[in-house]
Amino acid sequence: MNTEIRNGSPVVVARGLRKAYKNKLALDDTRFEVPLGRIVGLIGPNGAGKTTALKAILGLVPFEGDLKVLGKDPRTQRDELMNDICFIADVAVLPRWMKVKEAIAFVAGVHPRFDEAKCRRFLEGTQLKPDLRVREMSKGMIVQLHLALVMAIDARLLVLDEPTLGLDILYRKQFYQRLLEDYFDEEKTILVTTHQVEEIEHILTDVMFIRDGKIMLDAPMDTLGERYTEVLVNADRVEAARALKPVDERALPFGKTVMLFDGADAARLGELGETRTPGLADLFVATMKGTYA
Amino acid sequence: MNTSVDAMAMDAERPRTPRVAPHATHKLKLLLRREFWEHKGGFFWAPIWAGGISLLLTLMALVVGEVAARRALASGKMQVDGQVMVNGLDLGMITSRMDAEDMRRLAGGIDLSMLTSSMWPMIVLGFVVFFYCLGSLYDERKDRSVLFWKSLPVSDRDTVLSKVASAVLVAPALAVAAWIATMFAFLVLVSGFVLAHGGNPLTLLWGPGSPLANAGVMIASIPVYAVWALPTVGWLMLCSSWARSKPFLWAIMIPVMAGIFISWFDVMNAVDLDSGWFWRNVVARALGGVFPGTWIDVANTDVLQLKRPGDMIHQGALLKTMYSVLATPQAWIGAAAGVAMIAASIRMRRWRDEG
Repeated sequence: MNTEIRNGSPVVVARGLRKAYKNKLALDDTRFEVPLGRIVGLIGPNGAGKTTALKAILGLVPFEGDLKVLGKDPRTQRDELMNDICFIADVAVLPRWMKVKEAIAFVAGVHPRFDEAKCRRFLEGTQLKPDLRVREMSKGMIVQLHLALVMAIDARLLVLDEPTLGLDILYRKQFYQRLLEDYFDEEKTILVTTHQVEEIEHILTDVMFIRDGKIMLDAPMDTLGERYTEVLVNADRVEAARALKPVDERALPFGKTVMLFDGADAARLGELGETRTPGLADLFVATMKGTYA
Repeated sequence: MNTSVDAMAMDAERPRTPRVAPHATHKLKLLLRREFWEHKGGFFWAPIWAGGISLLLTLMALVVGEVAARRALASGKMQVDGQVMVNGLDLGMITSRMDAEDMRRLAGGIDLSMLTSSMWPMIVLGFVVFFYCLGSLYDERKDRSVLFWKSLPVSDRDTVLSKVASAVLVAPALAVAAWIATMFAFLVLVSGFVLAHGGNPLTLLWGPGSPLANAGVMIASIPVYAVWALPTVGWLMLCSSWARSKPFLWAIMIPVMAGIFISWFDVMNAVDLDSGWFWRNVVARALGGVFPGTWIDVANTDVLQLKRPGDMIHQGALLKTMYSVLATPQAWIGAAAGVAMIAASIRMRRWRDEG
């Protein structure tokens, strides 16, 4: 099993996942794979099934379908799985009564892959003193502590669900910076969901768009530039450009129009106007058009 | 097998943190310590405060008694054995005049007052365990910290069992320790009083009384408590794992409403039992089992031989009475129900989706 994973076989394989809540499907025949050594962003509008998909991977909710995480079924083998998976599901879920030193002592005592010295090193230079209680911390500090605990665990899959929600920009930047510098390597895999698409765009290696429980797009970041092109079209070329079937268009002031093309011929697009690679946010908006309609 | 071989191959290839899994007992130790950290106030300080306050009350009673006695003496109203006492009460005289039977009664009286005057920590224990169980699986869902606990390699079973052990073993053990400490402090306090009145505390208190045997009885009550409290612990934890809000109301309302319903319609008559049976064996056991001593109802009190008002309690008989509880079907059927409800709580914690 591990041999396969080393050879680049996926850390997560999901086939035909299905999970229905009272009035809607959170997962609807969902299928995707998360390869080893990647940072995958799972991006979708509110209520698209992001969190449900992550909870399924973490074995926190019952669901139907075939799901293997590190070769194990999270429904039946969760206890073993948790030695190799770690997650921050939501900000500020550390128990409020806990002291910094208690948190470290507890994780050190129960987790076989926790490196206590490493954790203390991460906390050096922060305001997180051993006797400080979580209830006395700001939200940013709580996340700092949680991240230090998690990064000191040598897990193979790290799942982050909106890990920086409600933090200011300094903490958000610091969060992803540390994750890249001090944690991530080719043996680890990170799966992250967030609304702040622009901020994680440059750290992702892969991206998945999810909508109504279905994966709409699943691609490595470096192929996005080859596939998608954004063209700034002058008013007189608009009809010609529309003939190439843009997936999205939006008007700018002074008669110009920005069009987004999927897999169109680059040379022909060049004739229409100035071209560039679209940002993830633009791509997301184009893909999710009509979600809340 | 496959996994372990692969895991070894894996570790050989890349320098991962050594995979020496913490031993199961080590995990349990940390889980128990975790509960203690969180509930230090209830488990540790509450019994100590209760003991301290009861000592304070004893002290106040002694002072009030002293003042009243002195006043009575000063006005010549009080006499002891027909002889007006000068310079306060002379307790030394009391022991010198007692015969063997009196001594025996004195001993029993001292032991009984030692046990009762210091049992406040045990009353507090009942409340502490009750509310601890009620919050044990609810609070972590309410503040969402359950997501943190579940991100660690600790199974739901181990977590829930550590909470049960905290409720039926750790908390009672600490309360009993406070009980014993209070008892000795009580003796010291009264000794001071006796000394101040010319009595010899060794012959009057420590000799006839048997504090060590008392302490033994107290410690021996822990296993009985654990078995007897199981149905209540199980019920409260089940409510705690299941209720979306207000676990307290659910925990109280369901058994009480069932009891009222049954009393009202005399359902129990159909199976030849009265509704009192239901209140005693279901409602009381689901809610009151965490209060020490509630087992007296099923205990065999004959051995105590309290036939005449003057009869005194002996530790051996006390022990026998207490352990007669473990010979009753009520204790074990209740415990089995408790275990079933704890198992249901484990399942609940495993699959409960807060959305």
